Amino acid sequence: MKVRNILATKKGSLITIRANEPIRRAIAILVERRIGAMPVVDEAGQLVGILSERDVMRAAAQDENLFGRPVADIMTRSVVIGMPQDDVMSVAQTMLERRFRHLPIVDEGQLIGIISIGDVLKTQRDAYRGEADTLETQIIAEGEE
Amino acid sequence: MSQIGTAAQPLRVAIIGAGPAGFFSAERLLKDSSMVIEVDMFDRLPTPYGLVRNGVAPDHQKIKSVTASFDRTAGNPRFRFFGNVELGRDISVDDLKDYYHQILYTTGAQTDRHLGIPGDNLIGSHPATEFVAWYNGHPDYRDLEFDLSQERVAVVGVGNVAVDVARILCRTREELMKTDIADYALEALSNSNVKEVYILGRRGPAQAAFTAPEAKELGELDDCDALVPADEAELDPLSQAAMAEADRADVRKVDIIQELSKRHPTGKSKRLHLRFLVSPTELIGDEHGRVKQMKLVHNELYATDAGSMRPRATDRTETLDVGLVFRSIGYRGLPLPGVPFHESWGVIPNNGGRVQGSDGALLGQYTAGWIKRGPTGVIGTNRPDANETVDNMLSDAREGLVLTPSHATADEALAFVGERQPCFVTFQDWKTLDEIELSRGKEQDRPRVKFTRVEDMLEALGKSCSS
Repeated sequence: MKVRNILATKKGSLITIRANEPIRRAIAILVERRIGAMPVVDEAGQLVGILSERDVMRAAAQDENLFGRPVADIMTRSVVIGMPQDDVMSVAQTMLERRFRHLPIVDEGQLIGIISIGDVLKTQRDAYRGEADTLETQIIAEGEE
Repeated sequence: MSQIGTAAQPLRVAIIGAGPAGFFSAERLLKDSSMVIEVDMFDRLPTPYGLVRNGVAPDHQKIKSVTASFDRTAGNPRFRFFGNVELGRDISVDDLKDYYHQILYTTGAQTDRHLGIPGDNLIGSHPATEFVAWYNGHPDYRDLEFDLSQERVAVVGVGNVAVDVARILCRTREELMKTDIADYALEALSNSNVKEVYILGRRGPAQAAFTAPEAKELGELDDCDALVPADEAELDPLSQAAMAEADRADVRKVDIIQELSKRHPTGKSKRLHLRFLVSPTELIGDEHGRVKQMKLVHNELYATDAGSMRPRATDRTETLDVGLVFRSIGYRGLPLPGVPFHESWGVIPNNGGRVQGSDGALLGQYTAGWIKRGPTGVIGTNRPDANETVDNMLSDAREGLVLTPSHATADEALAFVGERQPCFVTFQDWKTLDEIELSRGKEQDRPRVKFTRVEDMLEALGKSCSS
């Protein structure tokens, strides 16, 4: 299972924000779209960071007046990036070990999507369910022989 | 107009493609108790079951037992099968919009990616999927020819298709006789000259896509020694570290491969060489444009940013004498006329199964299975995948987000299909064909003897209208 197999079913769901936009707007988008993080891009659409709920909470704990500040002030700049051909199982391991929940996916220099730990979990769950389903079918068939 | 999803106006759904994803979707739709739903399933072939019939290896009969659950779905009075009806040839998406509230594409992935190396198109270099379709008796591929007079064959890729192809090439006539392999393929393979088969993986044993049981099976062939070069069976430090967190199934697979690497030829008449960390870089042809050699580069692995292991070419190269090459580096879907398509991934762009056009979701159009997510997982993986799509279909239908067909009855759809393709095949017709195949099989002590020509199927059904 590759990252592209997840992204294939998430077309049109990539939401980004510009680094110079106010945090107020970023929070509104996170709440409205019910997402936990979004990639931050520059004018050219290039990935420059990621803004997660955690970043907002961390900043809010230090500055009660953060709403008007630009996203660039509080975003995480060092972002782990995935590729469509990455193996989902390896990605899951990396996300667990390094404790991050969102992975922007870049293909040939272009940001093409983002996958969450929830997507990874669902993919693994479906893979195991599928295998169990297939094995069960075969075992039943053997019993009927 | 009556409310949609009621006895007065059932929700009418067209499913395109009668493989596992189509049947799992139909099952979910027909089990829904909140709405009255009618399903018409179309397939371009007269026979249902998709890759279960035409892809699953003939020596893996038990995997095919899933068709019993498909038959239960087909037995529902609100289900109809229209075989031998092709989207683009007999009917169009616009036609379907006139007869159905929802259209679901479950056409799967039927072709192979190219290697993208010089010589890819030489004579004797084939997509593995064509060979699979050929030995399984797929009517579109039955007349292909493969030069089995060659002694040395390379299969590029380490997925389950690659392993199936290699195994079938190595089986004896006696082993194949127990299967439902196509008659002509049984004859051709029984008379083959193939002696050495190379399976080539660009990554290491830990990353091979085949499963532990598949690896084990390679070591248990009647008249073929399975061998692995010792240095290629060894795990590099990165893969070794990853094994600590791997599934037991993956650990077992690596153990089996390493056990094979300790074996020596025992004098069986064929040899199957499992090779790792090698990529073909060029196919070299003879003066007739026929493959005679393959250039390989040895790879090393590195971890990507996200922790995935990728191959990187080293400066070590090798030349392998081979007269026949099967490439199996991933199935990909084919575009459907009038339906959006992601060229490089070979899928229909979608969000949770809702087909996406350039301006967002297309009303009433959905997808499930390999054409939705790409070719991955086992047959059963298509069930949760289909469930996701169907749940979104039901949710849209409850909100009235459906197409507005002007002929939304089962009778009108039947008349329409009959007009476009008088030789459509019903599920009952298929069961008749099935009976004949099974009884012919019984005579030869085989699971079944397949029909491999559409004309023969139609003739057996007394339909004299082949176009």
